[in-house]
Amino acid sequence: MINRELVVVGGGPAGMAAAISAYENGVRDILLLERDQYLGGILNQCIHTGFGLDYFDEVLTGPEYADRFIKKIRNIPEIEVSLRSFVVDLTEDKVLTYLKPGSVETIKAGALIMATGCRERTREMIHIPGTRPAGVFSAGLAQKFINIEGLLPGKKIVIVGSGDIGLIMARRFLLEGAEVEGIVEIKSESRGLIRNMVQCVEDFNIPVYFNHKISGIYGKDRVEKVDIVRVDKEFNKVAGTETRLDCDTVLISVGLIPENELIEMAGVEIDKKTNSPVSKEVNRTSIPGIFVCGNSFKVYDLVDTVSNESIKAGCMIAEYLGYKITCNEE
Amino acid sequence: MRTEIKTYDVVIIGGGVIGTSIARELSRYKIDVALLEKEIELAFGVSKSNSGIIHPGTQNLPGSLKGRLCVQGNILTRRIAKELGVEFQEVGELIVAFNKEENSRLFELKKEAETMGVPGLRIVGGDWLRENEPNLNGEAIAALYAPTAGIISPYRLVYALAENAVKNGVEIHVLTAVEGIKFLKDDKYKFDVITSRGVFRARFIINAAGLYADKIASMAGVSDLKITPRKGEEFILDKKKENLTRHLLFPLPSKTSKGILVTRTSDGNPMIGPTVQDVEDKEDLLTSDEGYKKVVSAARRLVPSINKNDIITYFAGLRPVCGDDFIVRHENNVPGFVNVVGIQSPGLTAAPAIAGMVKKILENNGLDMKKKFFFKRYQGKVTHLFSKSLYKIKKLVKRDHAYGDILCRCEMVSVKEVKDAIKRGARTMDGIKFRTRAQGGRCHGGFCTTRIMKILAEETNVPITELTKRGAGSEIVKEERGND
Ligand SMILES: Cc1cc2nc3c(=O)[nH]c(=O)nc-3n(C[C@H](O)[C@H](O)[C@H](O)COP(=O)(O)OP(=O)(O)OC[C@H]3O[C@@H](n4cnc5c(N)ncnc54)[C@H](O)[C@@H]3O)c2cc1C
Ligand SMILES: Cc1cc2nc3c(=O)[nH]c(=O)nc-3n(C[C@H](O)[C@H](O)[C@H](O)COP(=O)(O)OP(=O)(O)OC[C@H]3O[C@@H](n4cnc5c(N)ncnc54)[C@H](O)[C@@H]3O)c2cc1C
Repeated sequence: MINRELVVVGGGPAGMAAAISAYENGVRDILLLERDQYLGGILNQCIHTGFGLDYFDEVLTGPEYADRFIKKIRNIPEIEVSLRSFVVDLTEDKVLTYLKPGSVETIKAGALIMATGCRERTREMIHIPGTRPAGVFSAGLAQKFINIEGLLPGKKIVIVGSGDIGLIMARRFLLEGAEVEGIVEIKSESRGLIRNMVQCVEDFNIPVYFNHKISGIYGKDRVEKVDIVRVDKEFNKVAGTETRLDCDTVLISVGLIPENELIEMAGVEIDKKTNSPVSKEVNRTSIPGIFVCGNSFKVYDLVDTVSNESIKAGCMIAEYLGYKITCNEE
Repeated sequence: MRTEIKTYDVVIIGGGVIGTSIARELSRYKIDVALLEKEIELAFGVSKSNSGIIHPGTQNLPGSLKGRLCVQGNILTRRIAKELGVEFQEVGELIVAFNKEENSRLFELKKEAETMGVPGLRIVGGDWLRENEPNLNGEAIAALYAPTAGIISPYRLVYALAENAVKNGVEIHVLTAVEGIKFLKDDKYKFDVITSRGVFRARFIINAAGLYADKIASMAGVSDLKITPRKGEEFILDKKKENLTRHLLFPLPSKTSKGILVTRTSDGNPMIGPTVQDVEDKEDLLTSDEGYKKVVSAARRLVPSINKNDIITYFAGLRPVCGDDFIVRHENNVPGFVNVVGIQSPGLTAAPAIAGMVKKILENNGLDMKKKFFFKRYQGKVTHLFSKSLYKIKKLVKRDHAYGDILCRCEMVSVKEVKDAIKRGARTMDGIKFRTRAQGGRCHGGFCTTRIMKILAEETNVPITELTKRGAGSEIVKEERGND
């Protein structure tokens, strides 16, 4: 078995920042594993601007933001980047196995940073009754269709939930010539950033149904309509307030969940409700030497915060590995 | 559209587990057989949405056809699964009693099942249960243990049956909807089966059309059959909970159903359900809030630790009910027409026994059934990484690099498996999901959908905008983005 001093899993902003920071604090043997064919993580599909205001004092698009870190990583030969490398197994002793085209590798890490990001909550998780036709997408998948694949997934859209990705996609669909019939939010206010509410929704006069939930999705082969209904303070349906919206597409934007199945496999204690590691201190887990940062530690609103917290993770891990760290404790 | 009319000894209508079981059985003999299916792929009817249990034969009325064929089917399915490389897991079931009254019913059930020939039955007590089924509700006092209960992937069984039938000479035509039956004056070929893709001339017709078998029967002039769909909603839990139970757990059965169960799919996801509700519409696959609440609370009575947050998906299926029992018979008023109707639960289990019965019916009605000299009985396993050890995966990846190219992160499915599925007939996103599990895990395709679509488009030469979830009308995307 090969030994590596530090293995970073995930090449999004979190994994990149942590790897760089560990290097800057003295670690010289770093392997960064990324499942995808490129670094950058979810930022690659976020082609809108609004990134970097905090961290770089500039307004950047997602790929531009990611690119700054990618360039830096490329200039540090001690950080070995392995793409299309999918980690499938992790043990308590920090032995991990990953697959890539042509080989399966098993490695023992001195320390580990897990920066595997998050996934979107699905229609299935919030239990929406009705049929199961084509045309129900998570907002992030719709974003990928449009921004990366150049495909328009629908023409008459209803968005469930007012998370940031949903809000951004509302504007995107309008700009692509589709109609947005409305955004349905069970709470009395948006869960997204105010700037997204203003720039993506209010400026375009998209109807927002606050205190409403979706009570059914209908259509045999493709979505044809949805029912929405007003809810009371306990989120129970208010009888007689059903409205029907015709649409061909339903976007689900009801939040993100940290991806922590690997550390769970290794025996790290996970909070059942949030899927985050149980921890008193940021980036730490119940197993010494296994650190988690970025959106897999907890869902952050801004990538700038992800970068800052992940730099901290790099320091923490260097310290764990016995280096004298140079980052200042605030 | 076919212009010339081809003739067949047997035309089977319906590509579910019943139709394909019959097709495979008949492929042993020197006869010409075609199977017609209206959907774009096989197993898109009732056979895709059920509990996937190979029942031992308990909970059936003594003397019923269902009961007899179920017991036989349980034995035959094991053999067929082995021959066709489909995974069959014998997990055993427990019918659980919570009080004295229920306890005494266990003894009745045991007696009934034993007269039907169900092997190995045993009543087990509370101590046995606590030791062997630790997550079962501690209030359970006893259970009827049926060790021969098993689980199988219903659609993968159908695909394997069909593939083997084709290897042995059966023609399978998808996207071929039967629209009418014409009677011919010919002594040999008695029927013209009129379809959306032309005419199939036949000596015998086997009606295995599931929910629509009453419609097909009436095309042949048999008008006294009516199918009432009986809906069942099922809920699947995250694979993380694979070890929730060791056995399949049943409450005591009612008159119309086996109750709400805690079972497991052959892929390792616990499953809870189904509900029982008669509906009008044969396309009514709506799931409901009521069903959800009912299933969760009934399942928690068996296993209190079941958590709503672990549910990753749900679906509804319709049992094709026609009276209380299966109907498998030659219609003497319509010589040559065989009905296989009302194949409700345990139809998946009974399928191979039904196929054997149909074969005898054909023989008794004058079809000469000579065995083929070469019958390709065996078929290799389809490779799934998720069921392999890391050691085996290493070997596979070495052999073919594409096994190391993972596209579905939740269920660990490689590019190679998806391409194989397409080679074996998958044409839709659902077809790929059923065969490989890609898009079937906790993120529901959030990450892998676009990659799968690109592969499917490339391998089948279909524009990406025409790809569907499960056939025409269910296109995934609307169009390519405009350039403006
Ligand atoms: C759709 C969307 C829109 C957003 N819009 C904004 C915005 O406008 N402004 C803003 O500031 N923030 C925005 N964010 C938030 C910001 O993008 C995230 O906070 C940030 O990208 C999180 O970084 P991360 O590195 O933790 O996760 P990710 O970027 O998700 O990176 C995780 C990486 O880990 C890899 N990985 C996962 N599992 C494995 C494995 N088993 N083996 C190997 N590799 C693995 C993944 O492929 C991925 O590259 C948005 C987020 C999303 C999802
Ligand atoms: C919720 C639920 C749970 C169940 N659980 C179990 C279980 O655990 N164990 C068990 O043994 N059984 C179970 N069953 C029963 C089992 O699923 C069925 O008995 C079995 O799948 C029936 O198969 P089939 O081939 O008859 O029907 P189908 O699979 O519906 O096949 C019929 C086919 O005919 C096609 N067709 C219809 N009309 C036409 C036409 N005009 N032209 C061409 N083709 C046509 C349809 O498209 C369909 O593909 C369950 C059923 C349900 C609903």
